[in-house]
Amino acid sequence: MTTGVETPLEVAALDTAGTRHLVDLVFRIREFGIVAALALLVLVTASIQSRFLTQTELKFILQDTAIFALLALGETMVVVSRNVDLSIGSVVGLSAFVSANVFGQVPGVPIPVVFLVGLGIGLVCGAVNGLISAVGRVPSLVVTLATLYIIRGIDILVVGGGQVVASSLPNSFVLIPNESIGGVPYLAIVIAAVVVAGAYYLRSYRSGRELYAIGSNPDAARLGGIPIAKRVFTAFAVSGAIAGVAGVLYASRYGTIDSTAGTGYELQVIAAVVVGGVAIFGGSGTAIGAALGALLLNTIISALYVLGVSPFWDQAISGLLLITAIALDRGISVRLTAALRKRRSRLGA
Amino acid sequence: MAPDPNSTPAESASATAENQPPRVGPRRMQALLRWESGLALAAVFVVLFGSTSSSQFLTQHNFFYLCLNVGEVALMALPMTLIVITGEIDLSVASTLGMSSALLGDLWTHGWPMPLIIVTVLATGAVAGAFNGLLVTRFGLPSLAVTIGTLTLYRGIAVIVLGPSTISNFPGRYTDIGINPIPHTGFVSYSVGFFAVLAVLFGLALHVTPFGRTLYAMGLNKDAALYAGIRVKRTKTLLFIISGVVCSLAGILWTFRLATAVQDNGLGLELNVVAVVLLGGVSIFGGKGSIVGVVLALFVFAALQNALFLTNFDQRALGIVTGALLLVSVLLPSAGSFARRGRELLRQRSRRSRALAEAVRP
Repeated sequence: MTTGVETPLEVAALDTAGTRHLVDLVFRIREFGIVAALALLVLVTASIQSRFLTQTELKFILQDTAIFALLALGETMVVVSRNVDLSIGSVVGLSAFVSANVFGQVPGVPIPVVFLVGLGIGLVCGAVNGLISAVGRVPSLVVTLATLYIIRGIDILVVGGGQVVASSLPNSFVLIPNESIGGVPYLAIVIAAVVVAGAYYLRSYRSGRELYAIGSNPDAARLGGIPIAKRVFTAFAVSGAIAGVAGVLYASRYGTIDSTAGTGYELQVIAAVVVGGVAIFGGSGTAIGAALGALLLNTIISALYVLGVSPFWDQAISGLLLITAIALDRGISVRLTAALRKRRSRLGA
Repeated sequence: MAPDPNSTPAESASATAENQPPRVGPRRMQALLRWESGLALAAVFVVLFGSTSSSQFLTQHNFFYLCLNVGEVALMALPMTLIVITGEIDLSVASTLGMSSALLGDLWTHGWPMPLIIVTVLATGAVAGAFNGLLVTRFGLPSLAVTIGTLTLYRGIAVIVLGPSTISNFPGRYTDIGINPIPHTGFVSYSVGFFAVLAVLFGLALHVTPFGRTLYAMGLNKDAALYAGIRVKRTKTLLFIISGVVCSLAGILWTFRLATAVQDNGLGLELNVVAVVLLGGVSIFGGKGSIVGVVLALFVFAALQNALFLTNFDQRALGIVTGALLLVSVLLPSAGSFARRGRELLRQRSRRSRALAEAVRP
C-alpha cells in the first residue's frame, strides 16, 4: 500500500528549507494545476460557445457542484486517513427521503429542524461505520461496502412504494439552492466557506494533522501515540453527518425523491477527491483540492452539454479523466520523490 | 474475512516460504477449514430456513432459477478471487459485462453473424482487462482507483454504443441458452455449467499448481515475491485479462438470459461480486482465501436471496442481506482476535505489574 506520496509533514521533517520550498511549490502546483485546467476549459468552451459564460449556466454549475464539494470534504477526511467511505450515496438517499418526509408528517416544521434531522441520520450512519472500522479494526472498504447495501436497503423499506414530490415541500425549502447574490448561489458561498474551514482544520489543527499522519504511516502514528481509533471514528462520523446534510440539500435541489436518490454518488465523490489530488491510499491532499476536483468534473459535464456533445459521452469522458488524473498524480509524486532523493544525496544527508 | 485470527501478516508471510516450519502449515489449513465449515453450516441453515418458509424452495424448478439468477455473479467471482488474493481488486467487472452486452447488441443490429460477434466481444473483454492490468502494473497505479475509473469508462462506452436504445431481436436459438437448462441435466443452466467447469480449473490452478502459490506469495508480500523470481507484473496483468474475458462471457450470458441488450445491464453488480468473494473468506489485503470458500459463499448468497424472494421480502431491499452477510464475515474472525488482543493486554499488564513489584522490592 505504499503510494510513494510523501506528506508535507513527513517531508518537512526530513531536512532543509530548500527541500521544503520544492515540496511547497509542487503541492501548490497541484491545486494550481486543477485551476489551470479549469481556466483552460472555461476559456476554450466560452470561445466556441459564448452561451457557456451566462449567469444561468454558471449558476447551474455551482448548484450542481455544491453538494459534491460538500461530500468531498467528508470523503477527504476519511481518505487522508487511509480509509474510504463508500456508504455516502446511500446516506444521502436515506436522509433525503426521511428529512423531506418530515414536511409531510409535521406541517409547518421549521427548516433548520429538518436539517438537524438529516444531520442526525447521517451522524448515526457515520458513527456505525466508524465504530465498526475503527474499533473493530476491520478494513473500511469492506465495512462501508456493507453499509452501502444496508443503508440503501433500509431506505428502500422506508420509502416502500412511495416517493416525495416537490409540490409537497414548502416553497422556502425548495428555493434554498436557487437564492443567489450576483448570480452566485448563497448555497455555493456557504459550502465554499465550510470547505475552507474544513481544509484549515485538516491543515492546521493537531487532530487534523494526525489524520494525515495516520494515513501516511499507521504504524508510526500508533508508536507516536496518536489515538488512531478515535481519529478515524471522528472522520467517519463527520463524513456521515456531512452526507446527511447533503441529503437534505439533495431534497431541496431535486424535490422528487424516491428510493434511488443519491445512487452512485460515492464513486462520483471519490472521483472528485482523486482528481483533486488526494492520494487514494492516504496521507496527502487537501479538501480545497477535492472541492476543485468536484468543480472541474461538473464544469466538464456542463461544457460538453453546452458544446452540443451528446450526453451519452459524459460518463466515458469522466472515466478517462479520472484515470488521467490518477496517472498524472502518480507521475508527479514519482518525480517529487526522485527530486527529493537527489537533493538529499547532494546535501550528503 | 481473515480466516485465521491467530496469525499476523508477518507470520503468514514467513509461512509462504518453501521451508516453512511444519507447525504453521497444518494450523493454517485448520483455520481455512474452520472458515469453510462455518460457511457450510450457514448453507445448511439457509436451506433449512428456505424449506420451512416455502414448500417451493426444495423443488428442482426453483433450484434451476436459483442457479440462473446467480450465474453471472458466480462467473465473475472466480477471477475476482484470484485478483483479490494477489492483493488487487477489479471494480470494473460489472461495467465490462455491460459493455460486452451493449457491443453484442450493437453488432447484432449491424448484421454480424453471432459466432463472430461472440469472439469479438470476448476479445474486447480481454482488451478491457489488459488496459486495467497495464495501468495497475506498468504505471504502478492503485487498482482500487484505476478500476473505479474504468468502471465509469467502460459503462460510458456501453452508453455511447447503445445510447437509450434497447435491442431485443435476438434469435431464439441463442436466447434459449440463457433461459433453458443444459440438455439432459434438468436443472443446470449454461451459466452455472460454465461456472462449474471454470471453478474446477481456477481451483486447480490456485491450489495445486506453483502458479497458484505465486498468487498467494505476491498477495502477502509483493517485494519478497519479486525477489523470489516471481513475475508479479506479468501475472497480475494476466489475471486482469482473464477477468475481462470472463466478464465478457458473463455479459453474453446475461444478454441472452434477459434477451435484451441495454446500456445499464448488470449495473452495480461489482459490489455483489466483491461481497461474495469476501464472504468466501478471501482477505481484502491479499494472500488468503480459497475457491471452495467462494463457491460456498455463492451458494449461501444465492440460496438466501432465493428463500427471501419466496417469502415475499421486498426484492429491492435484498441488499440488506448482502450487506449483513458481508459485515458478519469480517466481524466474526476479528471477534476472535479481539478477545485474543484483550487477553494479551491483560497478561502484559499483570506481567508488567509483577516486574514492577519485583523491581520495587529491595
